[in-house]
Amino acid sequence: MMDSGNLLPGPAYGLRDVTFGYDARFRDHSESVLNAVTCSIDSGKILGILGPNGSGKSTLLKLLARVLCPRSGTIELFGDPLSRLSQVEVARQVALVPQETLQIFPFTLAEMVLMGRFPHHQGYGGWHWEDADDWRIAYQAMEDLDVTHLGSRLVTDVSGGERQRAVIARALTQEPQVLLLDEPTAFLDLHHQLDIARILRRLNRERGLTVILVSHDLNLASQYCDQLMMLHGGKIMEVGSPRDVLRPDLLESVYGCQVLVDRHPQSGLPRVSLPV
Amino acid sequence: MFSDSKEKALLVKPMEKVPPFTLSPSSKVSSEWDQATPPLPFAISSLPALTIRGWLVSVGVSCVLAVVTLLVCLGFGTEPIPFSRIWSILVGALTGTESIRVGTDPTTVILLQVRLPRLLLAFFVGGSLAMVGVALQALLRNPLADPFIIGISSGAALGAAIALLFGVGVSVLSVSALPVCAFAGALLSLVIMYRISSVGFGFSIYTLLLAGVVLNAIFSAFIMFLTSVADPNRAFGMYAWLMGSLTGPDFPTLGVLALYLGMGLVILATQAQSLNLLTLGEETARSLGVEVERVKKLVFVAAALLTGAVVSFSGIIGFVGLVVPHAVRLVLSADHRLLLPAAGFVGGMFLMLADTVARTALSPSEFPVGVVTALVGGPVFLYLLTTRNLRVGM
Repeated sequence: MMDSGNLLPGPAYGLRDVTFGYDARFRDHSESVLNAVTCSIDSGKILGILGPNGSGKSTLLKLLARVLCPRSGTIELFGDPLSRLSQVEVARQVALVPQETLQIFPFTLAEMVLMGRFPHHQGYGGWHWEDADDWRIAYQAMEDLDVTHLGSRLVTDVSGGERQRAVIARALTQEPQVLLLDEPTAFLDLHHQLDIARILRRLNRERGLTVILVSHDLNLASQYCDQLMMLHGGKIMEVGSPRDVLRPDLLESVYGCQVLVDRHPQSGLPRVSLPV
Repeated sequence: MFSDSKEKALLVKPMEKVPPFTLSPSSKVSSEWDQATPPLPFAISSLPALTIRGWLVSVGVSCVLAVVTLLVCLGFGTEPIPFSRIWSILVGALTGTESIRVGTDPTTVILLQVRLPRLLLAFFVGGSLAMVGVALQALLRNPLADPFIIGISSGAALGAAIALLFGVGVSVLSVSALPVCAFAGALLSLVIMYRISSVGFGFSIYTLLLAGVVLNAIFSAFIMFLTSVADPNRAFGMYAWLMGSLTGPDFPTLGVLALYLGMGLVILATQAQSLNLLTLGEETARSLGVEVERVKKLVFVAAALLTGAVVSFSGIIGFVGLVVPHAVRLVLSADHRLLLPAAGFVGGMFLMLADTVARTALSPSEFPVGVVTALVGGPVFLYLLTTRNLRVGM
């Protein structure tokens, strides 16, 4: 059950007429990546953002993390406009797991995970040395993601899957209320895909963590998300439960190919397969 | 479709492993903590990340090594000075018992007025170049960034050359105009470089290197033009200076240099943790709470200050900013809180040694110290260019 201490009233995010384009020359809204998106994202839920390539999924996630700022429209995080919060204030509440992580320098995995404590120790110019609490939080996150045994390895030397799990551990080390993930299972084998999905659900159920993830894996999203959002051409096509969103007619119109939708044998939730 | 046994196999929790940092569980550490929270299953000092104790040890050791290197290098030269003599002169100078006025004793004069300032200049210059290298590599997320390779030093040199040839920095009173012009040149080239390499899809190593080559060529062309229209006497001095030389500083000059370097240092030091996060990419850094634009501007200014000051005092000395940060990362840590000061000390040591070689290898004649650093750094650069790790960023 949810921990009442983390239970926040109202939606985690409120978006009103959010429009974004990567190039300032594209003034015309038809060229924008996101076009007048208006929605509300519940707190304490797992939301899966789906859609074909170029539908604006990752862009929406970056807007929610305030990595990008919308060209017009407003985004509210727990009732506060994102534009009025500082980068650190956002980072204390929202953690982002990007699709790809740049790893050029030989930090140890533990050092990389500990960087998640940065937003909690501000004071400009002041150096903060991680204390026992920081270590405990990072250690717990590394345990959760099964990367503790890699703590002394260099991030440049581990596999893509191991690095991805470490990045999720870093995001948890931020102790966020909202966790944003861009294709979290893309580089992972089946075993670790399932682990990640279960960890996310456990964090969601036990701590009330709001999880918003972008995925191409419709079936994993169907099994583990409370709600799904289907994006297409920078617009929301449908929001609702997996049963509402993973309809053959909607999938075919969005993805432009024929799909088969039946039931998962265990959960009874929609299962999407491609025709032969 | 999962069968029951497969499902069970997947359910096996991977988390019941022995704590990986297997060092003795420290009762001292756990007793310091709140009893309500579980203690860590390992001692803090055993963790594979930088701690304050590790920092103090590493910085302390580098500092001692730098002093030892200085003392050793002081003994070398056309006239070797034994260590005992160096020690007594230095102690005497510090305590004021031995006069350091010109003409007292040739050995004292050589030591205190020729070798010591020159080695201190080498230390300042080498340390600054290494720290600029560290900062640029983090900022551009590219381990091959070096103020010389990517054209920042040339930009500073052009600024300084303009100041020299048009007389801006000639008079004694306006001695600081030279570093200011060099600073402006360095900042300009840094901004150009950043704009070029951030165009398109992130930072490519090739884009950066090619842009650096071209930028170097453009600035060198301007400098060549300026030297060719200048009168021959000045032009000759300019050539010697451009090749990188550490000759003839006095203590007031060193003081001015130290002032510029200090400013750059303080700015860089405050951004050490932000630089750590910036190496993960701008978007990730932002999502972790770094005010990326602000950090970038501060690091630009600091790097330009350091490069400008160094170039205006000692010309273009290449590769220090490439070799030293790489070595320090390998041996110590990639954490900029340690990397910056340690690279500073090691860079200083490296250039003191390089200058000693340049002074003594063909004694009594000497060659520019830039020759030594290029002969060491060039091969290292080529090696780095062909190693596996660097392919990540392309």
